[in-house]
Amino acid sequence: MHIMEGYLPLTWCIIWFIISFAVVAFGIYQIKKIVDETPESKALLAVSGAFMFILSSLKLPSVTGSCSHPCGNGLGAALFGPAVTAVLATIVLLFQALLLAHGGLTTLGANIFSMGIVGPFVAWIVYKGLTKANIASTIAIFFAAFLGDLLTYVATSFQLAFAFPAPTFSEALVKFLVIFAVTQVPLAIGEGILTVIIWDRLKAYKPKLLDKLGALAPNEA
Amino acid sequence: MKHKVIIMKTSTLLILAAVCIILFVAPLIMFSGHGEDDGYFGGADDAAGEAIEESGFEPWFSSIWEPPSGEIESLLFALQAAIGAIIIGYFFGYWRGQGKEE
Repeated sequence: MHIMEGYLPLTWCIIWFIISFAVVAFGIYQIKKIVDETPESKALLAVSGAFMFILSSLKLPSVTGSCSHPCGNGLGAALFGPAVTAVLATIVLLFQALLLAHGGLTTLGANIFSMGIVGPFVAWIVYKGLTKANIASTIAIFFAAFLGDLLTYVATSFQLAFAFPAPTFSEALVKFLVIFAVTQVPLAIGEGILTVIIWDRLKAYKPKLLDKLGALAPNEA
Repeated sequence: MKHKVIIMKTSTLLILAAVCIILFVAPLIMFSGHGEDDGYFGGADDAAGEAIEESGFEPWFSSIWEPPSGEIESLLFALQAAIGAIIIGYFFGYWRGQGKEE
């Protein structure tokens, strides 16, 4: 989902930067509030960020014969919501833009938008919706992480189709969806499973803290 | 407050981990014998970059620093994974020990 350095027209760089900046700023404010209210959640923030660090460094092969990487953005979204996850994604994307020439500074806003905002937002909605319906949080987190990962790549495809609608927007969209979203399906399933494993351990070690953050299903609390 | 949190058995966790491994080993078996030279196992990010270049767009900015070789790139990717793994391992080990003391 990394749009490479310099590969977006300037106008789009600015548009995505402005949107992402606003969400990241709100996320920083939320982190301050969460840490003030529940200082123990600092460790969970670190674990959520670390999970993204690991998953987004793994370039995995897919059944389409090309490689891509998971995002790890579902965990943070289920625990803290999309804005906080956008802050964590910014750290990961900056690391990769500066040290790995993966993504870039000009495309940072666009990449934060897909991996830090759209994916986590979808994951958060799915997670809250399913747990409200009293589905066990371990099941809910699978679908949250799966869809959060997949929709991150769908978002990138839309961003590229908006910027390069040649020959038409819909043809461009199909072209980018084939490159990104189809490859991503098995990876998203894998990300769902890995997030389930981490979630299970978090529930085993820190049930009270998860409950305090409102991150469990009502019948689990 | 009483918590009714259901935790998975170790065997379930192991089965899930095995499913993950199968999921990512399968493509290697499906396309065994193929490689970068005949267009397999390339990155989706690069494929998108090529598709953009085909539309006639000239990238207008390039990375301020790039890993000078594939070796250095893999070093930095390993570093990225290691940073994440150390943090998760530290806290999970700490919490596990804490739970045992209680």
